[in-house]
Parts: sequence; C-alpha cells; structure tokens
Amino acid sequence: MKRAIITVTGIDHTGIVAGISSVLADFGVNILDITQTIMGDIFVMALLVDITGIEDVTPLVERLLEEGDRLKVKVSFEREEIFRAMHRI
Amino acid sequence: MIFTTEEILETIRMIQVEHLDIRTVTLGIDLLDCRRDRVEDTVRSLREKLLESTRGFLDTIKKVELEYGIPIVNKRVAITPASLLSSSLDIEDYIYLAREIDKTAIDIGLDFIGGYTCFLEYEISETDRVFLRSIPIVLNDTERLCASIVTATTKAGINLDAIKETAYIILETARVKKSPIVCAKLIVLSNPPPDNPFMAGAFHGIKRGERVINVGISGPGAVRSAIERLPKDGDIVSIAEEIKRVSFKITRAGEFIGKEIARRLGISSVSVDISLAPTPQEGDSIARIIERIGVKHFGAPGTTGLLFLLNDALKKGGLMASSSVGGLSGTFIPVSEDKGIAEAVGEGALTLEKLEALTNVCSVGLDMIPIPGDISPYTLMGIILDEMAIGVMHNKTTAVRILPVPGGRPGEWVEFGGLLGRAPIVKVNETPCEGLFERGGRIPPPISGYRN
Repeated sequence: MKRAIITVTGIDHTGIVAGISSVLADFGVNILDITQTIMGDIFVMALLVDITGIEDVTPLVERLLEEGDRLKVKVSFEREEIFRAMHRI
Repeated sequence: MIFTTEEILETIRMIQVEHLDIRTVTLGIDLLDCRRDRVEDTVRSLREKLLESTRGFLDTIKKVELEYGIPIVNKRVAITPASLLSSSLDIEDYIYLAREIDKTAIDIGLDFIGGYTCFLEYEISETDRVFLRSIPIVLNDTERLCASIVTATTKAGINLDAIKETAYIILETARVKKSPIVCAKLIVLSNPPPDNPFMAGAFHGIKRGERVINVGISGPGAVRSAIERLPKDGDIVSIAEEIKRVSFKITRAGEFIGKEIARRLGISSVSVDISLAPTPQEGDSIARIIERIGVKHFGAPGTTGLLFLLNDALKKGGLMASSSVGGLSGTFIPVSEDKGIAEAVGEGALTLEKLEALTNVCSVGLDMIPIPGDISPYTLMGIILDEMAIGVMHNKTTAVRILPVPGGRPGEWVEFGGLLGRAPIVKVNETPCEGLFERGGRIPPPISGYRN
C-alpha cells in the first residue's frame, strides 16, 4: 500500500475538513486516519491517506495546494516513508 | 495515527520554516570508455554517454521532490576527470572538450557539471601543463563546468611546483574578464575523496562504478532552531546531544531520498553527505549556530572549539543514521555564502588566519574568500601551501577556493549575487615568501602517509 500524510495548518474556521476531504474524494483517495488539534490559535490536521491507485500524484498535489489557498490554510503532502525514516529507528 | 502530531509537525517545520533541503543530487558518471584517439571522437562518444546516462534524471528528481515534499535544490553531474579523457599537447583540444561538456550540461538542464580536474600531487606532466593553461580560458568561456586541481595528498606529500602553477592559474582566471566570480568554479584540493559531490571539486572517481548517486543534505536552520529551543544555561553536552539528534533525522531523510532516486533510475550505488552548507539567507547561517551557543561573532576566541563540536556531533549523528555516509560530511564555512561569516569579517572578528585555523576542525577549507586582486602570486602560493599542509598532516580533505578581486581593497564589500552571496575583501598577510617557492620540489609525505 502506498500511503501519504497530508498536513493542514492555519487559522481555524468552518469548512477546512470538508474542503480537503472533498478533493480527496474527487481523486478516489481513501482517508485511513485523521487527527486534529488546536495548538495556540493554530488549527493542525493530519490525514493518513491511501494513494495506492495513483500513478502520478502531481494533479492531486496541485489540487490540494489550490484548495489550501482557497481555504487560507497551508497544505503539505508527503509520502509516509519520509516520516518513517526520520522518526523510527 | 502511526505518527504523533508532534512528529509530523517536526518534519513539516524543518522543511517549511527551517529550510531543510536536499542541497544537491549529484550523478557520478564514468566516462573512461569514451576515450578515443581523436578528440572529436572522444567528444562525440562522451556526449552520447552523458545524454544516455542522464535520461530521466531530472524528471525523477522532480517527481520525488513533489511526492515527498522535500525541496531538491541543485541537480549536478560529476564526470571522470577530464585530464584523463585526452592526452593531447594541443590546448585547443582541451578547450574544445570543455566547451562540448559544458554545452551538453546545458542541453541536459544541469545546474553544474564537475570534473575538469587534474592530479598534480606527484608531478606535472607535459599534458598536465597544457591542461592547466586551458583552465583560465575554459572557465571564462563556459557556464556550468567546474575545475579542480589536486596539489597534495597524505600519500604523495605536497607538490610546491604544482602550487606555484596553480596560483598563477587562479590569478589569470580572475583577470581575463576582471571578474572574481569565475574563480568560484575553480578549487585547489588536498586528499580529495573519490566520491566528491561538492562543486567546484566534484569528479567521478576511478573505479567508482558506471553511475553513482550522491545526495548532499543540508539544514543549518534546523540545527540552529533546535539549539534555540534548548535552555540558554544548559551545559555543552546538551548542545552536542541535540545536534546529533537533528543530524540523525536529516541524514535519514537524505538517505531515504537518495535511495529512492537511485532505485527509480536503476542505480545501485548511493552515498549521502550530511553537510551543513549555508546560504546567504539569515536563517541558513553556520555563524549564527556558533554565535547562538555563546560567542558574539563567529571568529571570536572559542570559535574553533565550537566548530569542532558542531562538526563532530554532525558526523556522529550522521554515521548512526546511514551506512552510506560519503567522504565530505561536516560543516562548510564559505565566507561570501554565509551572511553571518561575511559580517564577522566586516566586524574585524574573523581573519584569514582564523579561517585557516577553523579548517582544522571542519570540512573543507578556505572557501569563497574575496582577496585583493593585486596580491603577489607568491603570497597566494603561501596561502595554498598552508591549507594543503593542514589536509596532508591530518589526513583529511582541504581546499582553497579564493576569489581575487581586480582592483579590490581590503574591507570593500563585493557582491557575487544569488546563492554566492556577498562579503568584504579579506586582508592578506603579505610578508614575502618568495624564497620558499623558488626552491620548488615536493614536500615529502608525513609519517602517517607511510602507514601500511
């Protein structure tokens, strides 16, 4: 399974989860896990997603970044392995 | 969630706020099988091989960058040393060879191509002399090709005649277009590692295989922020431990990315250098890390000790993280490329002599230092010799990349632009040393060079 972590940070307001998850639904990307928290004033959400069926992630990432701009939040996309390399021995 | 929010945010912060990046991906390519009797045939063959070997290289990097969300700044190639690709006595042959290599690099879309290299640590052959004479013309005439000259090794000792020739070549290179920045593409080396991925000294070592991927990962911002988060009165061990932790994490990221690029290109050999390489951005300064630990300006008494700590802790964290650590992991202190180091020179806190002392404890050497263009060639020879001696004695790589500024006076700021930054011209000790170089010959290797 190919997995990625999408991180969303910014000022909390309505519609962030809906906006991001609808982009994922459009691309047929399943959300495996989701966690969200407020740190100070900052909304932080991390989504673990399954991207097994997606050969080239470019359109998905571009679309997520656009959605982030629209929602005025910062969106990052990273394949899961980079976190594993950095945080697991 | 398989990772905690803190872990996820730490990675995101390192990349987005602290500018953690893959500074270089360098593809080493063996060109020995491209040698032919006529230089035109050699050029045709090596151009074909370069185009073939780099197929998919840039696209793969772009994809990996996007998928893993980590910026990859420079894409480069290191080739078999060009002085081994031709044995002509006609300077025009080397100029032609160099232009074609440069043109091929531009066609491929590389940022730099390294390997206009010759080895003079034992002696200077007739073809070496022709090759050397081509360097000022070639560097002023090409865009992305980098040159390096090896003048000393711990096995061979230090070739004074080679240093003498090299000093004239550096001064001539700056003089052609009255532009010191051309010399940023020229470096003098002792003990170069065979997998050197760093410009200007990169070349593909003999018997290093057909293709090798080398990844240079950098993150001075990540190290500085980690130190900033520690209590101000914490003891020095806490600093060393923190640097090791950060180094481990960023090396693991670099190794992973390197292996992924290599896997996609079908290359089995990968090495990773964890090298803190500064950029002129405020957050990317090595000087600021050292100053944060407790000296007012980089160069103050105590700086050598702190740079030793930083360099050593980096290597320890990196070695724990990866079994493919390359030969040049450590800290770089290029004067013009580091805002804090350049400012320290301007403040009078940092001198050429202190920079030389610092190279005992870090990678790599006297780097990106503007000096007055009218200095005596013998003074430049002396500067190079002293730096080579440090490398030879300590069995490490050292380098000299010095930028003579035509008409420049000490203290005047020089702008190099972009990532090359700006710096004041450094004052040089001009006490004469002609007698030494009139003797010539080779300083014998140190006792450690005879280890067997």
